[in-house]
Amino acid sequence: MSRLPFYFIVGLLLIVGIAASVQRHIQFEIPWIPGEQRQVWEIEAVISFNAQNGPVQVDLALPSHQAGYRVLTENTASSGYGLAYQADEWGRQAQWTIRNAAGSQQLYYSVQMLVSPDARSPVQTPPDLNSVTPWESPYDTAANQLIERAWSRSANNATFARELIVDINGERQGENARLLLTQAQPSALIVRLLNQAGVHAREVSGLLLEDGRRRQTLSSWIQVFDESAETWTLFNPATGEQGKPDNLLLWETGGRAVLEVQGGTNSRVTFSMLTHYQPASAAVRNHYSDDTLLNFSIHSLPLEEQALFQTILLIPIGALVVVFLRVLVGIKTSGTFMPVLIALAFIQTTLLTGLIGFLLIVAMGLIIRNYLSYLNLLLVARVSAVIITVIAIISIFTVLAYRMGLSAGLTVTFFPMIILAWTIERMSILWEEEGPKEVLIQGGGSLLTAVLAFLAMNNPWVRHITFNFLGVQFILMALILLLGNYTGYRLLELRRFKPITDDETPS
Amino acid sequence: MSWLKNWTWPTRLRDKGIIGMNRRNIRYIGRYNSRRLYPLVDDKLKTKLLAQRYGITTPELIGTVTTQFGVKHIDDMLAGHNGFVIKPAKGSGGKGILVIEKVQDGAFIKPSGAQQSISDIERHVSNILSGLYSLGGSPDVAVIETLINFDESLMAYTYEGVPDIRVIVFKGYPVMAMMRLSTAASDGKANLHQGAVGVGLNIATGEALRGVQFDRPCYSHPDTGHDLASLVVPQWNTLLHLAAGCYEMTGLGYLGTDMVLDRQHGPMLLELNARPGLAIQMTNGEGLRRRLDLIEQQPDGVPVAERVAFAQHHFARQSELVETPDTSLTTA
Repeated sequence: MSRLPFYFIVGLLLIVGIAASVQRHIQFEIPWIPGEQRQVWEIEAVISFNAQNGPVQVDLALPSHQAGYRVLTENTASSGYGLAYQADEWGRQAQWTIRNAAGSQQLYYSVQMLVSPDARSPVQTPPDLNSVTPWESPYDTAANQLIERAWSRSANNATFARELIVDINGERQGENARLLLTQAQPSALIVRLLNQAGVHAREVSGLLLEDGRRRQTLSSWIQVFDESAETWTLFNPATGEQGKPDNLLLWETGGRAVLEVQGGTNSRVTFSMLTHYQPASAAVRNHYSDDTLLNFSIHSLPLEEQALFQTILLIPIGALVVVFLRVLVGIKTSGTFMPVLIALAFIQTTLLTGLIGFLLIVAMGLIIRNYLSYLNLLLVARVSAVIITVIAIISIFTVLAYRMGLSAGLTVTFFPMIILAWTIERMSILWEEEGPKEVLIQGGGSLLTAVLAFLAMNNPWVRHITFNFLGVQFILMALILLLGNYTGYRLLELRRFKPITDDETPS
Repeated sequence: MSWLKNWTWPTRLRDKGIIGMNRRNIRYIGRYNSRRLYPLVDDKLKTKLLAQRYGITTPELIGTVTTQFGVKHIDDMLAGHNGFVIKPAKGSGGKGILVIEKVQDGAFIKPSGAQQSISDIERHVSNILSGLYSLGGSPDVAVIETLINFDESLMAYTYEGVPDIRVIVFKGYPVMAMMRLSTAASDGKANLHQGAVGVGLNIATGEALRGVQFDRPCYSHPDTGHDLASLVVPQWNTLLHLAAGCYEMTGLGYLGTDMVLDRQHGPMLLELNARPGLAIQMTNGEGLRRRLDLIEQQPDGVPVAERVAFAQHHFARQSELVETPDTSLTTA
């Protein structure tokens, strides 16, 4: 039984992995460490609607150069549709048209935005004031009172807008505001009142950029023109907060609809986004060199799938941590790869919330499982009952956390429920058979493994390397194969077998 | 640096010939135990039937119950038997084993003195069949066998439970042996990590080498106070032959055999283990490595008697429990 083929395979994997990584480093100028290059956001909009067996026209507002972001490249995918880009003083639009379409339709638009803190929005002139539609009685009095109240307490357009927002949405919301809110959406109402008072204001749509998010929608913001500084100032319509958050990309600033579909129903647009770091020069080139058949890379996938892969590619890292801890250290875990799944949940929940949530759920589950064991159920029925219990516990915790204003508590829903149920089942059996001490050892081992796996998987450098260099997967495979061949002692065995080595000394 | 006191160096373990978990899994279990043979040892009924075919003594089989319908006829099966044991064929860790010491006026009496009615027995068997005690909850078979009458000479060394003898058999050679004595701390169970006393046995004679409880040396039984130095397993040669014969029976190269001593029938095979633990090294105060290396150099196809003689010759040791060297030489 020769080990030669084994070492050959391991060597081959290592060579392929290193070669692929080096090639990617050289050809695409992707650096080994993150941070020294420019951040690029890839944003993909998916428009879906049901066509009604006739001509269809779809208009989608497109983002432009703006403070903080620069448009690098944009692409669309829409088979059979005619496409035209239009730009006017209100902004840019893409228009898809087709003579005849039926059934569910999907159109894709993707854009690469370069994060450039020194980018400025183009010089903007204030638009003409929209003709103000007069309020009917009794709304006119309410509107006038609101405007007067905010006007008297403000010094300029910006402070006037802030006061107005706080009066309508904030804790100072009065009867007048509540009455007017029956007539219009908060942000539309604020813009209308601002215009009524002769202040240039408009409602804009923005996208909050968060790495790896899928199926996001646009949020509504308010822009007020500052006459003296000749710039638009952004307000959060919910809080009255002034200024643009760093991660907000303004998608539509002309005060028009983001999506208009003629000839279709149930239309909606959702956004997926992903950030990666590239040298600014390579960012543009990369996009065009990608379109070859030979480029067998996940970076050629649609963004939504790429965001998914960013997580999937981290799993081997977690697996390596588990193999390392079990083979080299000898830590006992409950369920071999359960800690990796818990660590994946930790990435969504953040570490502290995740730990507290995990401990609470498992502790509650163990108590209830303890009662279930008195009922003498068959295994499948028992585990199913535990799954339902886990779901109930998670729901209760989520509602409690929400009531107490702990938004972090809402993320417990990210825990894999089936895995938690099995963990509870295993720990409960362990408790009955071996006692609470063994439960602590294995539970603690699992948590320790999960935390270490989380720290490894959440490390920015690890994320950068695994996502940008697929060759690393081969190297990980080779390492795991090598560890699977290790016949030496585990770290904890040095302690376990210590008494044997003591014998020589006493005599 | 006080925490370092509890740790040792890998080189010192290697010098002692200690085998770690990884080496056991890859070098011995992975190489010598073929996966398809596992069911032979994981199913106690299969082991027992196989042992009968190979002439290896096991507790006598009274019968098996395989269907819920058969549960109703269990009293016919038990008629005429005064003591018996009911166990699940695929149970693990001693779960689901019901011991009835004697039958008096239709009442079944457990060793603790508790009485069981026939319907209690039927419920227990029914639970076994539905998989309550088996791994993964899969449906199981109940095995009913005669009660073992433990050898009196060993009863003084144990508290409540049954002393059993574990022999590691490698390629058919008995390489290392220990006896597990249950204690009050282990709650009558013979599991070393739960506090049972492990006594390393001299392969040559069956005499105690050293005692270990919770990985620390111990010289007498903590509950009965009996001196471990005087412990000698009777009929040691028969026991070794029996253990060594399990290699031909199962084909498993690295095997843990669990034996008990019956008053009338002598050594008996209780069960087999395809993944025997490493604690036996602690009880013997010696690593398995040198012995296994020596066996690996031996040719295949050596008859049982020669293998046992080889092991007894090469693996003989002196007891560490006896203080003066001259008494240790007097062997029975």
